[in-house]
Amino acid sequence: MHAVHVHQLSLFLGESEALADISCCIQEGEFVAVLGPNGAGKSTFLKVLLGLLEPSRGSVRVLDRPPRQVEPQWIGYVPQAKTLDRGFPAIATELVVTGLHRSWVRRLRDSDREAALAALTLVGAAHLAERPLGSLSGGELQRIYLARALARKPRLILLDEPATGIDAVGETDFYRLLDHYRLANKATILMVTHDWEVASHHACRVMVLNHRLIGFGEPGEAMCEECLRNAYGPNKPSAGIADLRERRRA
Amino acid sequence: MLDALTLPFMQRALVAGLMVAFLASYYGVFVVQRGLGFLGNGLAHAAFGGVALGLLLNQEPLWIAVPFTVLVSVAIIWVRHRTTLATDTVIGVFFAVSMAAGIIFLSLKKDYTADAFSYLFGSILAITTTDLWVTGGVVVLALLVQPLWGRWAYATFDRELALSDRVPVIFDEYLLAVLMAVTVVVAVKVVGIVLISAFLVIPAAAARMLAGRFATMTRLSVLFGMTSTCAGLAVSYWLDLPSGAVIVLIQAAIFLLALLPPLLSKLSHRA
Repeated sequence: MHAVHVHQLSLFLGESEALADISCCIQEGEFVAVLGPNGAGKSTFLKVLLGLLEPSRGSVRVLDRPPRQVEPQWIGYVPQAKTLDRGFPAIATELVVTGLHRSWVRRLRDSDREAALAALTLVGAAHLAERPLGSLSGGELQRIYLARALARKPRLILLDEPATGIDAVGETDFYRLLDHYRLANKATILMVTHDWEVASHHACRVMVLNHRLIGFGEPGEAMCEECLRNAYGPNKPSAGIADLRERRRA
Repeated sequence: MLDALTLPFMQRALVAGLMVAFLASYYGVFVVQRGLGFLGNGLAHAAFGGVALGLLLNQEPLWIAVPFTVLVSVAIIWVRHRTTLATDTVIGVFFAVSMAAGIIFLSLKKDYTADAFSYLFGSILAITTTDLWVTGGVVVLALLVQPLWGRWAYATFDRELALSDRVPVIFDEYLLAVLMAVTVVVAVKVVGIVLISAFLVIPAAAARMLAGRFATMTRLSVLFGMTSTCAGLAVSYWLDLPSGAVIVLIQAAIFLLALLPPLLSKLSHRA
């Protein structure tokens, strides 16, 4: 079964075409990285898969259903941490528990605390359980969001620039954890990122997006010089996949 | 104060004041956390337009003000969903239009002054038994929808995350708009159009300064709202001052006290 099946998807936001004629299939258990310049429609693509935006044309199926009919607990969504309202009075455990109840809870039961702690332990953030959200760093917050997503044991994980604010060591752990969860649960991961190195190292396949689908395939294939040029124009990043491999070897 | 409580009008004032304080401080946590402090003002001025229309039509003003304010409240949400305008801008437009309409309605009626002033500044001591029943009905409504607190809180924390979890955020926004509009209208007679936004904002803002969790913030807000109403009524009775204004000043005193712990904590960290 396809985790994601998109056929000729187009989406207009006002006058502008945010997504144009995108077709792709993502198999269950794959780790797919979505790359592209700022404003290329990467986050918008995730929002279509979440059912937050309705396609203007084409069809989208997620876990074999139209996005709005997918059971919410099948999807673990990790939004960009910068969208968080830091003025909201809450502790980390409460945010994780929203992953289980899909609602804010008035009173944390013992079972809620246990489930939250298990998820927080999984992401190495058990020590943050009682910390106010407003006091957490960007990297810590991303771990809490990931714990929230994993707490519901999702079949599909959608991540929007999840490693922002995480230090180099934390980043390695972060991706190791994602890989481990994916392999243990046959889960599918779709991750929006700006980090070409991470994409080439961790993803099974890479989507290069700039409103249109520029490239889709294994990292070496999708992150070729031509795809870079088509996605980023003349100001393309200097490194193609070959350069990245060289750098890693060095 | 205990003597005063034997007086029927004081009993009605206390019950009405407590009910309005409960409603406003309960919904107030959503107003404050969603950054909608201006909404209270906007709805109060919409209520003014409705009251003025009621006076013009020689009808009981509250019966006209309720649908009028609900309509404005729903219109604010509707326009906000369909444009990229900031919420405060949309509220500002409806605020001004309602006020202008109210002024026109009153100008068409020659003997408006006394009635209109009682709604502008409130007249808690002139609360009737009918007012109590109406306000009681709104309290019952608030208690009935109280199980929705969790999903309202979730959407207040992160609207998009709640939407991605299939929380009916848009329906809830309209529902909250209607409930807040009705609350503002029933509160108008108690506190007056000029001061109602204080009831929505100040107890919740004070609670925010002290609470580390949203559930605690909600409980503290209601506690502050109801306590300040009791204290305000007592003080206004003893000193013979307008009750609505005294209640708001006591709310402000609570807010100032609530500012102290975080300020002292910051100062001690610096030292």
